[in-house]
Amino acid sequence: MSFMQILMIVIPSTLLWAAPLVFTALGGVFSERSGVVNIGLEGLMVIGAFSAVVFNITFAGTFGAATPWIALLVAMAAGAIFSLLHAVAAITFRADHTVSGVAINLLATGLTLFLVKLIYNKGETDIIKQSFSKIDIPVLKDIPVIGKIFFQNTYWTSFVAIIVAVIAWYIIYKTPFGLRLRSVGEHPMAADTMGINVTKMRYLGVIISGALGGIGGGVYAESISSNFSHATISGQGFMALAAMIFGKWHPLGAMGAAIFFGFAQSISIIGSSLPFLKSIPDVYLLIAPYVLTILALTGFIGRAEAPKADGVHYIKGSR
Amino acid sequence: MSKRLRNILTPLIAVVLGIIVGTIIMLVSGYDPVAAYTALWNGAFGDVYYTGEVIRQVTPYILAGLAVAFAFRVGLFNIGVEGQFIVGWLAAVWVGVSFDLPKIIHLPLAIIAAMVAGGIWAFIPGLLKARFRVHEVIVTIMMNYIALHSVNYIINNKLNQGSSKTGMIHDSASLRSPWLQEITTHSTLHWGIIIAIIGCVFMWFLLEKTTRGFELRAVGFNQDAAHYAGMSVNKNIILSMVISGCFAGVAGAMEGLGTFGYMAVQGGFTGVGFNGIAVALLGGNTAIGVFFAALLFGALKIGALSMPLEAGVPKELVDIIIALIVFFVASSYIIRIVLDRFGKKEVK
Repeated sequence: MSFMQILMIVIPSTLLWAAPLVFTALGGVFSERSGVVNIGLEGLMVIGAFSAVVFNITFAGTFGAATPWIALLVAMAAGAIFSLLHAVAAITFRADHTVSGVAINLLATGLTLFLVKLIYNKGETDIIKQSFSKIDIPVLKDIPVIGKIFFQNTYWTSFVAIIVAVIAWYIIYKTPFGLRLRSVGEHPMAADTMGINVTKMRYLGVIISGALGGIGGGVYAESISSNFSHATISGQGFMALAAMIFGKWHPLGAMGAAIFFGFAQSISIIGSSLPFLKSIPDVYLLIAPYVLTILALTGFIGRAEAPKADGVHYIKGSR
Repeated sequence: MSKRLRNILTPLIAVVLGIIVGTIIMLVSGYDPVAAYTALWNGAFGDVYYTGEVIRQVTPYILAGLAVAFAFRVGLFNIGVEGQFIVGWLAAVWVGVSFDLPKIIHLPLAIIAAMVAGGIWAFIPGLLKARFRVHEVIVTIMMNYIALHSVNYIINNKLNQGSSKTGMIHDSASLRSPWLQEITTHSTLHWGIIIAIIGCVFMWFLLEKTTRGFELRAVGFNQDAAHYAGMSVNKNIILSMVISGCFAGVAGAMEGLGTFGYMAVQGGFTGVGFNGIAVALLGGNTAIGVFFAALLFGALKIGALSMPLEAGVPKELVDIIIALIVFFVASSYIIRIVLDRFGKKEVK
């Protein structure tokens, strides 16, 4: 097997596994930049995966090939609405952000499985009929070497994810909205003094994270798992959280980390078909994202610092 | 309204709210709530067999709840109970299958092994918190996944006795008791509940009656004040994580030495550690509170198993209710405001 062939297997697979992580990690960036810790990313992905699958199964006949994309919009809306619970608890009711996130995760799994049994009368859904399929990107696929590695046998969603990451970077670092979002997460009192509505910005941060988390779940369900069961989303949300931290709360950093974690995940799955990886036990690849995140936090790989007011309630008038 | 009364009322209101919302969900979905709650009650207390199962389920919940609560009291959020639980389970089973010793040595040795494993697993986030100020929530979450994958690897490659699980532990390390199974018409009840109750007493005694406990609580209240008073904040942070991990490890031993007698490859998390968070929060992070909260959640979990057959309601309804209870306890700020309003009206 030539090096070229290996790249042609590994890179599309990496992009496939990375796409859901990129979306969800970006969601985490929006929420935490506004100062709300979001452990609930996992639950938001569950909600997204569930609503995308249900929509896909129900409307595959109506919308045909466009179904997966419309289902993603549905997943986005569902994630945004569900994240309101976290926003209300963590911002208005002054709940501990971590506890509220744990509640979101528990609730998402319970609620979706309950609904699956209610709707389909069994423990998991059928396989979806219209899933994201492999495509060759027009024009770009004809570039010599690069085209073959990056733009053939791949998925649109991976490229959308990368574009969204760039947009997220632009919004957070180049627009007034982004500046406000960051200021509420760093020093809410100063932001409030300057006339920024802290509560509103934080709500928006959480809702955007819900929307992106929902998309992440939807992408996973429609391109990787193809149905919804209790095991569809098992840890992807936490891995996205890790990617966000490993990427130092920066959209492009989070994207890079998510792609790297996608690489680790895909290698642990397809590694047995690659000659030089056969001898390495897959456990090392499975735990790599988590070990690296701990090392990054500890400062061995450049210290990752959270926004200053991350997880801190803003109570008007208190010092 | 006195603070004590308020502290007892808040969790009770959260439970009631959780059940009310659960009822609404059932009504909207077209299920019969009365039938569901009847099935739930009968499935938990309708027969000695079910009660035996409830007590068996309550055992790890108490210990996992104590683990979370103990760290909370020192101002730390140990989300990693799940991971410490898994490594504790594996360590207990490993000792259980590898040695042939008299029961009086073997059983305690297996439990201590679980304690040590859970303690080491929690020592890492504790050390990183104390030494590098790394937030323990993130590290413990990551440690959960490291535990899951590593334990599965060890079971598959070192202890596999066919069909991806370890062999049965030797009788000398087992917590099972024919007598307990006899009086509960062959439930899986085992002696673990005694250990869980000892755990409650231990936590209460250590925190409330010893100098060390005073220091731990002081660090939880105000690190700067504790430091000023000459206490070592870092030492207490590490110690509290290790003790918390020990509780979680013993919770794992309950499954390994009592309920199952082996350990199988885990497809995902068991959920015991996360339910431990719910238990600790509802129990107000006190030993006695954890005991009662574990009882409630254990009964809900076991009772739920009867709901699909008896009332046609999916058992996940109970997971929704548990999540809602956590949600409402977390949002207790709003409950307190309402309570205070009522309190003031009474004064007038």
